[in-house]
Amino acid sequence: MTSRELAIETAGLTKRFGTTRAVDGVDLTVSQGLVYGVLGPNGAGKTTTIRMLTTLLRPDGGWARVFGHDVVREADAVRARVSLTGQYASVDEDLTGQENLILLGRLLGSSGSQARARAAELLEAFGLAEAAGRRVKTYSGGMRRRLDIAASIVVTPDLIFLDEPTTGLDPRSRSQVWEIVRALVAGGTTVLLTTQYLEEADQLADRVAVIDHGRVIAEGTPSELKASVGTGALHLRLLDPEQRPQAEQILERALGVALYREPDPAALSARVSDAERAAHALAALAQAGIAVTDFSLGRPSLDEVFLALTGHRAEEPLEDAA
Amino acid sequence: MTSTPILTPARPIVDDTLRAALSPRVRPPRANALTASLTFFWRAMLKIKHVPEQLIDVTIFPVMFTLMFTYLFGGALAGSTDAYLQYLLPGVLVQTVVLITMYTGLGLNIDIEKGFFDRIRTLPIWRPAAIVGMLLGDAARYTMASTIVIVLGLVLGFRPAGGVIGVLLGVALLLVFSFSLSWAWTSLGLVVRTQNAVMMTSMLFLFPLTFASNIFVDPATMPGWLQAFVNANPISHLATAVRGLMAGTAQPEIALVLIASAVLVAVFGPLTMRLYGRER
Repeated sequence: MTSRELAIETAGLTKRFGTTRAVDGVDLTVSQGLVYGVLGPNGAGKTTTIRMLTTLLRPDGGWARVFGHDVVREADAVRARVSLTGQYASVDEDLTGQENLILLGRLLGSSGSQARARAAELLEAFGLAEAAGRRVKTYSGGMRRRLDIAASIVVTPDLIFLDEPTTGLDPRSRSQVWEIVRALVAGGTTVLLTTQYLEEADQLADRVAVIDHGRVIAEGTPSELKASVGTGALHLRLLDPEQRPQAEQILERALGVALYREPDPAALSARVSDAERAAHALAALAQAGIAVTDFSLGRPSLDEVFLALTGHRAEEPLEDAA
Repeated sequence: MTSTPILTPARPIVDDTLRAALSPRVRPPRANALTASLTFFWRAMLKIKHVPEQLIDVTIFPVMFTLMFTYLFGGALAGSTDAYLQYLLPGVLVQTVVLITMYTGLGLNIDIEKGFFDRIRTLPIWRPAAIVGMLLGDAARYTMASTIVIVLGLVLGFRPAGGVIGVLLGVALLLVFSFSLSWAWTSLGLVVRTQNAVMMTSMLFLFPLTFASNIFVDPATMPGWLQAFVNANPISHLATAVRGLMAGTAQPEIALVLIASAVLVAVFGPLTMRLYGRER
């Protein structure tokens, strides 16, 4: 195995469900030892792609290799080097956390005492030692997710797939998962994670692929990606929706960019590059007597990335989404 | 539309324990087929330990069936409950165990729905291990049910002429057949979408097969067309074979039961594995 061997390589990867192309010709190249983010809204084809890469689904077209092994012809060789933490806890809820980890350790070839020792080590490291003897059914969402990730690294894999690892978690649990991902990569594991949050991709990923309608529509480092959509976004909400056209004109002049009319009739948003300009724009609104109930200046959200890259919003109903 | 809140970890949890736990280490040798199967068997036993309620079908039902049929029909069918019990008990045993085989498909269906099987299917292990282990766990349940029926039978006055050996052989034959039949339900559990559908479909087969058999009455009194069905019914052969073994008179049906078992495994074993590997 050469050091420059790719962790993942796919070309034209396609999966159809009925007439829907859930994954429609995905080309990915993932080097070893980094965190690769796959960013996209619900139904974009993220999970289907992961399921093909982990040998759970058979591609209808194209090919995929994991560490040089074809996912169809050499499925067993692929399984020996990867592990998957799915979107829904893939541990046995009737068993305790400790039993789940011992079970997987035994299945992966450890002896009974090795498996017990490893389970204890992981439970301790993931802050689950106190809950070790409790059935998983009683765990909170964050605990379950941590156990699920622990279950994926009972034997440290060369490549771990995390499918939306922080969806539905509270901020504290989310940052814990982030720390685990960082520690994993520091240990030499390649991580492929899917997410709906640009923030998450930004925090964790070395490279990001943006997927929409089963296709990769952008690929690069998070900063490259953000540069393509502007550095920030101004959101504001007016007291009186009637004043929106007038506000739009004033803001357009002050900011020098086109405004986006939010679905909320009183809301507007714009891409802005510096905070000072945004402050001037708000002052201009106040001078014109237009009252603002709410405003925020933030980084571009996934929504804005999508708007910039695809011309449609991430949460628009995607009629042919899987 | 709000932008994603910027999160900073409240307290970094990457301490030395986490780092140490995540450090790369030597991968253990691949688990062999036996270890993997026994590990899944262990899982089945743990589930019984944690969810003892699931044993109702192998404890309460057998007791209910035995008592009900002995005292409801005994007097009418054989003149006395005691005489009927000698004929009925091996049959009720067969019915009880054959009926609970359907829970096999159910358990599998639940695992798939919960996502646990996704993880199992991405492990580098002997593929049938998960199912074999599960079926071994079920065999333990069948043994439990058999013990309960036989002990209850002995208390009520069942006196098998075949003695301890005959009874054990009878139970062993029943376990072989039930284990083989379970593969049909694992196939079903992998095809059918909901738990309810698994239950309904397996009952659709099991009720006619267990009732339209010689478990409760001698088919001699039945109309010809029904006799034809009853005599061809593998459950009848099984009941005759178990009855024979327990009575100390081995019957030719034993061979038929073993052939039927082999056919069930030969057909449904590969089918189950095919369906198991299939994507969903």
